[in-house]
Amino acid sequence: MDIRSQISMVFHLDKCIGCHTCSIACKNIWTDRKGAEYMWWNNVETKPGTGYPTKWEDQSIYKGGWEKSNGTISLRGAGKKKGLLNIFHNPNLPVIDDYYEPFTYKYLDLIESPAMDDQPTARPVSLITGKPIDIKMGPNWDDDLSGTPDYARKDPNLANLSPAEQEAMFQLERMAFYYLPRICNHCLNPACVASCPSGAIYKRGEDGVVLINQKVCRAWRMCVTACPYKKSYYNWHTGKSEKCILCYPRLESGHAPACMHSCVGRIRYLGVMLYDADQIEKMASADEKDLVDAQLSMILDPFDPEVIKAAKANGIADSTIKAAQYSPTYKFVKKWGLALPLHPEFRTLPMLFYVPPMLPVMATLGQKRKGQTEKMDPMAKSWNDDWLYDTTTEDLFGTIDEARFPLQYMANLFSAGDTEKVKKVMKKQMAVRVHRRDVTVGDLSKDKVSSILKGAGIDAEMANDIYNLTSLAKFDERFVIPAAHREQAIELMDFTGDTKGSTGFGFKETPGRGI
Amino acid sequence: MDSFFTALDNFFLIGLPYLALTVFLVGSIWRYRSTKFKYSSLSSQFLEGKQLFWGSVPFHMGMLVVFLGHLSALLIPRGVLLWNSHPLRLIALEVTGFIFGLAILIGLGNLIYRRLTNPRIKVVTNNMDWIILSLLTLQVITGLWVAYNFRWGSSWFASVLTPYVYSIFKLQPDISAVSALPWVIKLHIVGAYTVVVLIPFSRLVHFLVVPINYIWRPYQQVMWNWDRKSVRSTSTAWSIKRPKNN
Repeated sequence: MDIRSQISMVFHLDKCIGCHTCSIACKNIWTDRKGAEYMWWNNVETKPGTGYPTKWEDQSIYKGGWEKSNGTISLRGAGKKKGLLNIFHNPNLPVIDDYYEPFTYKYLDLIESPAMDDQPTARPVSLITGKPIDIKMGPNWDDDLSGTPDYARKDPNLANLSPAEQEAMFQLERMAFYYLPRICNHCLNPACVASCPSGAIYKRGEDGVVLINQKVCRAWRMCVTACPYKKSYYNWHTGKSEKCILCYPRLESGHAPACMHSCVGRIRYLGVMLYDADQIEKMASADEKDLVDAQLSMILDPFDPEVIKAAKANGIADSTIKAAQYSPTYKFVKKWGLALPLHPEFRTLPMLFYVPPMLPVMATLGQKRKGQTEKMDPMAKSWNDDWLYDTTTEDLFGTIDEARFPLQYMANLFSAGDTEKVKKVMKKQMAVRVHRRDVTVGDLSKDKVSSILKGAGIDAEMANDIYNLTSLAKFDERFVIPAAHREQAIELMDFTGDTKGSTGFGFKETPGRGI
Repeated sequence: MDSFFTALDNFFLIGLPYLALTVFLVGSIWRYRSTKFKYSSLSSQFLEGKQLFWGSVPFHMGMLVVFLGHLSALLIPRGVLLWNSHPLRLIALEVTGFIFGLAILIGLGNLIYRRLTNPRIKVVTNNMDWIILSLLTLQVITGLWVAYNFRWGSSWFASVLTPYVYSIFKLQPDISAVSALPWVIKLHIVGAYTVVVLIPFSRLVHFLVVPINYIWRPYQQVMWNWDRKSVRSTSTAWSIKRPKNN
């Protein structure tokens, strides 16, 4: 057992309001530079939609992630053979047009324009060439455009849905969407690290943050291809690749990353998880249907005395173990089983987990009920009169199957196509709601409530805990950041021992006999 | 007048190679150690990928073969002469070299055209790129010219130029044979030294860091601030440099 600690994240999609504050916070701190304008280390996508870069999930185009053949996994579009053979020209490299051409506006024209018959306009100009352009794309170009043929219908996750199911998603009155905020997943089996010919990309041992050494990167640009989430970006100006650094300078000083700190919907959670690094290869090579369970099985119980002992033997600080015990992500992912990894079939073992959204799923269309129709205004009635929204809590679990978003769609995103896993999470979330309705309204029979809780596999206490961490949790409960132990490291990469024996402040000359 | 040409020969065939080697060695070490953030192949494929294929691939493949050809004539001249002892093999070698030389020329042509016409690529083009591109074009044109007009280069390279280069490295420069060569060949030699001079100061540095260690490196890389286990060992207690892992 080789126990390591990993900073992991949970995004609660039901709470995301799609405000893009996270993206802006990140942009302002890290990527507001020449060559990085087009990069959005954090971006928010509307689902169903094509995302950023366009159709990034479709690996038949981008060739990212790992694929399994004959029981072993290999990189789909990079790796030692493919990477070195394609080093002069990488056929699988996305180009800037797959993201968008960064632009600004000639704002000064608004102020400095001489008096004319017409109002002056601020023309858009390319941030690459400086020449006027017609804007064709942006990082959130399909924002809120669910149902449109150009975006939602080209969502790669719709591939294995029946035509009827697809059509049902796009009927105007059934149309629904949700937001998918994405950052680097800081994977346990990162494809970007494996693909880097110069060895510039590495995973930090202490907290699992994946970083690109800017001094070693030589622009072989294989990481851009290899990352199935397209979260490694090529800086066209400096000739170096860049990616989300999980705001490690903030983490090291106990602050939450900027995207998480600024999150308006408070959808983000960050905490430590202990895992067994010996299992990485085996679990990443599991059968597709077992991938989620395999990944979760690597995450260890931080209260188990054996685990604590092995963690200490491996040099993990007590403060980190304690942080793991209080970790909100451990609760969501392991204890409650509410959060799932995004596209586990890419086999990178991503450590950013998502609580699948329930709201658009659950507000379904049911058969007409007379009492309700009478209450509706004429406008609503003028739609198809046989159908209307059913938001009652009767037959709760029945409606999950008839949801506006087919479960298969959610499963394609969060469980490699296994609808049962997503359904289980939905049931738990619904049970929490039923429980809260019982506490606050009290109009449901006790038998019904307990049978629903039991059916979802949780009890009232756990439902309460889930409710608390989902709805009420304060900053310190959402972000449990272990101390970086800077007392052991004077500078990030310096060991105190190097400095301890030195002569004094200001320089590091070591005292020795003679020269 | 003769003494003028002798002086020229002395400068370009003795002075320049020593200058080039010194600048290359010192410059490369300096560049590698002190400008790490600017050390890159500066790929522009991200801004334009389709035209690049017809430039970069023929250029690099041709360069690889032609460079290895020159290198083998330098390192194993006897082997090359032995290979060339049969006329058929000689012609095969020369034709192969010439074809790959043409590939470089075609590649360079496409690269230059791309840099001149694509507005995005213009933005990431600097003066050094133009110097390198023109110099390499000159090199490949003179190279092809020499290969076509002064046959059979692979044989006389091994018997004329290899001893000359060896004499440079032995610090006993002997240019008696080389100085008698036609001026096109001399131009090609001088061009080669100039390329060597420019390597540390241009994007050509990327050829010094070809990532061959990727072949035997494990795929995943984890780095620690320091070695978690040995840092706790009493045997390292008073050592000044504690065990690190990166």
